[in-house]
Amino acid sequence: MHSGAPLVAVLGSLRRTDSFVSIMAASGREHVLSLYKLLLKESKKFPSYNYRTYALRRVRDAFRENRTVEDPKVVEELLNRARESLAIIQRQVSIGKMYEIQKTVVEREEKKND
Amino acid sequence: MMNRTLSTKLLGSMCGISSPRLRFAQSAANAVQKQKELIKSRELEKDELRPLYMDFQATTPMDPRVLDAMLPYQVNYYGNPHSRTHAYGWESESAMEKARKQVAALIGADPREIVFTSGATESNNMSIKGVARFYKAKKKHIITTQTEHKCVLDSCRVLEAEGFDITYLPVKDNGLIDLKQLEEAIRPDTSLVSIMTINNEIGVKQPIKEIGHLCRSKNVFFHTDAAQAVGKIPVNVTDWKVDLMSISGHKIYGPKGVGALYVRRRPRIRIEPLQNGGGQERGLRSGTVPTPLVVGLGAACEVAQQELEYDHKRVTLLANRLVQKIMSDIPDVVMNGDPDQRYSGCINLSFAYVEGESLLMALKDVALSSGSACTSASLEPSYVLRAIGTDEDLAHSSIRFGIGRFTTEEEVDYTAEKCIQHVKRLREMSPLWEMVQEGIDLKSIKWTQH
Repeated sequence: MHSGAPLVAVLGSLRRTDSFVSIMAASGREHVLSLYKLLLKESKKFPSYNYRTYALRRVRDAFRENRTVEDPKVVEELLNRARESLAIIQRQVSIGKMYEIQKTVVEREEKKND
Repeated sequence: MMNRTLSTKLLGSMCGISSPRLRFAQSAANAVQKQKELIKSRELEKDELRPLYMDFQATTPMDPRVLDAMLPYQVNYYGNPHSRTHAYGWESESAMEKARKQVAALIGADPREIVFTSGATESNNMSIKGVARFYKAKKKHIITTQTEHKCVLDSCRVLEAEGFDITYLPVKDNGLIDLKQLEEAIRPDTSLVSIMTINNEIGVKQPIKEIGHLCRSKNVFFHTDAAQAVGKIPVNVTDWKVDLMSISGHKIYGPKGVGALYVRRRPRIRIEPLQNGGGQERGLRSGTVPTPLVVGLGAACEVAQQELEYDHKRVTLLANRLVQKIMSDIPDVVMNGDPDQRYSGCINLSFAYVEGESLLMALKDVALSSGSACTSASLEPSYVLRAIGTDEDLAHSSIRFGIGRFTTEEEVDYTAEKCIQHVKRLREMSPLWEMVQEGIDLKSIKWTQH
């Protein structure tokens, strides 16, 4: 779940601030953004409260941490790890759904606050 | 602790005694019976919400990455790693060796120094009994502490029966050992010093580096039970001059039923094996190595190494948040163990004038424990708390909060709120608390017999 990529573009599009713009190629930026969104989308599907919150948090923090990485080799390696993490999350989400159990007490509180 | 049949038989035999005393004895027996059943075990209903898990020292949930690494070896790659003649064996063996490398990398060891076992209990037994028995011709003395895990203390007890001398070092009020006392305790015939890195009940971190250097200088072997420390704080067996180290799988988000023992090769330490057989694991632990489990252990170690800093930062943050919330809202809360030399994820708090079991029962929405899982069956307060000199009444009112990789802010806030709410409620009902509020010093009261 430690995937990294120039978060620059991602944060830029999400937060609309200029301070996060980088020099990456347009296709690279979009690719990173789509991978990030995909990871978050899959992570939201975890039936387990703890796994779900961890995956969402870790993905966000990992992309944030690596946002200033410029070296293309490192970027490619980080993106590969992101893709592996995506596959892991997808498999584990399916397994979690197969063996689903009751929700935890804080999830009821979350629903109440919505 | 009498059971019902025994107590009724005894009461039956007391026919000659006058009736008020008999009634009192009967009600006392009932009270004891009721006490034992205070927290009844039951399974959750289908629609009941699950409690929050805040007991990370007892065990940890498996990280999804670990389960993902293990499943292929449960489903398809099921070969015996010791089969030398076919692909099933070869692929299983290569997975086992990869896991060995991952475990070794986490603690700064060589892969050849790792022996896979069934858990930290087995590793502890192997180290203590193995070293003692191997060197028993010339060395008959072992040193350990009073706050060690039950398996270490029990192994030492068994060795005492075999004729060894054991020194159980006391700990200071903050849970740390006194290095001077350790140095004085070392004799020319000491073969092993065994001190755990991080205590599972109070979270205290011993000065392992200093102890390691001391032992090396006196030519004594040093074993540490690092089950709670590996993957949570940086561990390096070379820096620390450790000769034997126990690792547990299910404390670092790995599978249950697997662990490892680090056995130093240079300078060589010899152990007499506990489990004999086909000579697997360098002859130290015969038996088929459970490939899926060790793959899980290896994956857990690799994930722990990558996430160490991130997890540590987060756990410290959440722990401070919990302690701050609780201590700023209610008075007379004591944190057991040294405030600095500790692992932040293990918090042991004593709530004065509140009974620990009642608080646990009230906090039924949160999975907590008072003391370690292996000692929670008895009604006695934990021996660790007794060793650090906690008052009897405070020892009975202590709760251990465990924070781990998957804990969220919501869980911490919920736990803190419920804890504060119930402590206040229980204190309202406590006559001792009433007296304290009136300014009476409880220690000055002379309790009389009626």
